Amino acid sequence: MQTPVLSARGITKSYYKNQIELPVLRGVDLEVERGRVTALVGRSGSGKSTLMHLLASLDRPDAGEIEFEGRRIDTIAGRARDRYRNESIGVIFQFYHLLPELSALENVLSSAMIGMSAWSYLRRRRAIKDRAMAMLDRVGLSHRSDHRPAEMSGGEMQRCAIARALMTRPGLLLADEPTGNLDTETGQEILSLLRQLNADDGLTILMITHDDAIAAEADVCHRMVDGLIESGLDGGVGGATAMLKLSA
Amino acid sequence: MYRLLLCVRYLRTRYIALASIISVTLGVATLVVTNSVMAGFSAEMHERLHGLASDILIEYHTAGGMPDAEAQIAAVKEVVGEDLEGYSASVHVPAMLGLDNGDNLITRHVNLVGIDASSYDNVSQFGRYLMHPENQQQVSFDLRQGGYAPEKKDFPVSGWHYRRTRANYEKMIATQQKKIAALSPPTGHADAGPQMGFMAPAELTGDAEMSFDAGSQQYPGLVLGIATCSTRQRDAENNVTDYYFARPGDDVRMMFPSAGENAKVVNQRFTVVDLYESGMSEYDGTFAFCRLDQLQEFRGMVDPTSGVRSVTTIQLKLAATADLNLVRDKLRRRFPANQYACDIQTWRDLQGPLLAAVRLETTLLNILLFLIIAVAGFGILATFFMIVVEKTRDIGTLKALGASGAGVMSIFLSYGMLLGAVGSIAGVIGGLIFVHYINDIAAVIEKVTGQEVFDPTVYYFTTIPTIIHPWTLTWVTLGAMSIAVFASVLPAIRAARMHPVSALRFE
Repeated sequence: MQTPVLSARGITKSYYKNQIELPVLRGVDLEVERGRVTALVGRSGSGKSTLMHLLASLDRPDAGEIEFEGRRIDTIAGRARDRYRNESIGVIFQFYHLLPELSALENVLSSAMIGMSAWSYLRRRRAIKDRAMAMLDRVGLSHRSDHRPAEMSGGEMQRCAIARALMTRPGLLLADEPTGNLDTETGQEILSLLRQLNADDGLTILMITHDDAIAAEADVCHRMVDGLIESGLDGGVGGATAMLKLSA
Repeated sequence: MYRLLLCVRYLRTRYIALASIISVTLGVATLVVTNSVMAGFSAEMHERLHGLASDILIEYHTAGGMPDAEAQIAAVKEVVGEDLEGYSASVHVPAMLGLDNGDNLITRHVNLVGIDASSYDNVSQFGRYLMHPENQQQVSFDLRQGGYAPEKKDFPVSGWHYRRTRANYEKMIATQQKKIAALSPPTGHADAGPQMGFMAPAELTGDAEMSFDAGSQQYPGLVLGIATCSTRQRDAENNVTDYYFARPGDDVRMMFPSAGENAKVVNQRFTVVDLYESGMSEYDGTFAFCRLDQLQEFRGMVDPTSGVRSVTTIQLKLAATADLNLVRDKLRRRFPANQYACDIQTWRDLQGPLLAAVRLETTLLNILLFLIIAVAGFGILATFFMIVVEKTRDIGTLKALGASGAGVMSIFLSYGMLLGAVGSIAGVIGGLIFVHYINDIAAVIEKVTGQEVFDPTVYYFTTIPTIIHPWTLTWVTLGAMSIAVFASVLPAIRAARMHPVSALRFE
């Protein structure tokens, strides 16, 4: 078995409210294998969003290790962490989180801009713009490139967010409830777009969802209950998938 | 790059922030206008004060003045050296001016200055403030035919033509009175009015008064400060009008002490040959000028045996690069007060309190107006905090995309700077337009409110003087911009420290 793109071991994370400890993650182990669509399913409050924030290095775990392609990312600081967020991973959210002042094309460009200095951006702006247009084309949004998020539908915004996340050619796409705010049909379109990307480019996807039906379409599925992953990695993967397929 | 893109976009979409910089614009515009007007005023004042006062003034306080001006000047030359560009010796004496106004005699206290017209123009700008265009070129103490003050519409007819007409008229009246007197018996000494002696100049000695023909002859020439012989008032229609008690062509009397220890009053007739208007009431209302050699003779300042003439004042003009205070101190060491009884002052010493007051005023105004911009800065601070809260989600998004804290901070800092730049550039442009049309604006305000903005009876300039220093514009702009940047520091730090997770949860 090849090394996983992303692996987490023994992750714990608690929040404190009025000095009372609220454990959210209680020793989570997770591996995301290259080129596969992995689903993390759980009810709200099970800690799956917290786990995703840790994996995206937006927050730090209280204990445990997170490695991306064999490199610790939970302890890196400052510039390296920003670089990891910008280049190694792409993130999409339930609420899209596009920048409302920018057009679809500029939103896609923004992630490339963040990763480079103004000078190097200006020098290569044509190539970067071409890639951004190609990405929009890829998600089927090239006709909307001049539109602001406020002028787009939810499905279009999510497509735009996917294009933005993939702009920097990340090794992993983290998707936090990508269909959570969409109707079933549109959600299905987004999911098939993700599958397509996985099939065509071998894009590794970690998808967080509360919907068993969506999780069932993943290659690998992990279930999260009360801060723990129930189906472990060894042997549990196939079993879980089979079980989910049955239930679906 | 995204920072620039975002802050330009924020500028275009957040109108509330634009509203908050209007106060910056107004503050900057006010500063520009105030500084231009203050600079204009103080430059005008400097020019006039300096133009009138010469660089260095040496005054002798002894009763007879300083004998042998030539030797004095030679000593001064030795001390000052190459910096000396010009000098002029003169006699200053307090005097009483007597003006005939109908049947009344108007008296004024003036400083009578005997000047050497050719050298006096070297040390101070005397000629350019005279009324007659030819006198402005070359000062003369002879009455001109006419053509005084061509740019003043209500200036009365002056010059020889006026003098002849007046003399003929008076002669006619005198003949009439003689005829009447011949008809009535003599009543002894009924001669009323002030008794004035007459001391004619050399060329008019002898039985001068009897043979003096006002229609063709003149007394020694005198240049009067315009305010010594005129009043400026408003007529019934509220128009500013000048009334002249004496004009070029009229004769006036001067009473002043003779030189020496037993001073006597010298009573001398002069013919007004021109008027002097510098715009500084202090000068226009107190000075009268006549020829140095004549005044020396009237006051008895010529040694009868040696022919050496005394003066009371020596004025120096120095090279533009010379350090006035340094030269003054050198001269003071050379002519210590205990030996020479003289005062040595620069023109700045003479006008020190006035100049200091103007400087203080400018400084205070600048401080106050910058406080206004600082208030605007707090407006920006509040607005920015609001924008940061509003943009919490976007800040989280940017961080999730890999933007650093410093990057997020610089978005808001450069946004602040951009706002400051837009505000202050708009302010500078507005201020410059205001300054350009300031006199028209003053006229409109006058019309609307009926209040005179720039009272010509108080100021002798008819328009508001303005000077725009590029350097002032630069530091006002930079100051306003840095206040805007400072105001955005706190919100920017807050944005930079925002935790991405809590920012993203904000939904």
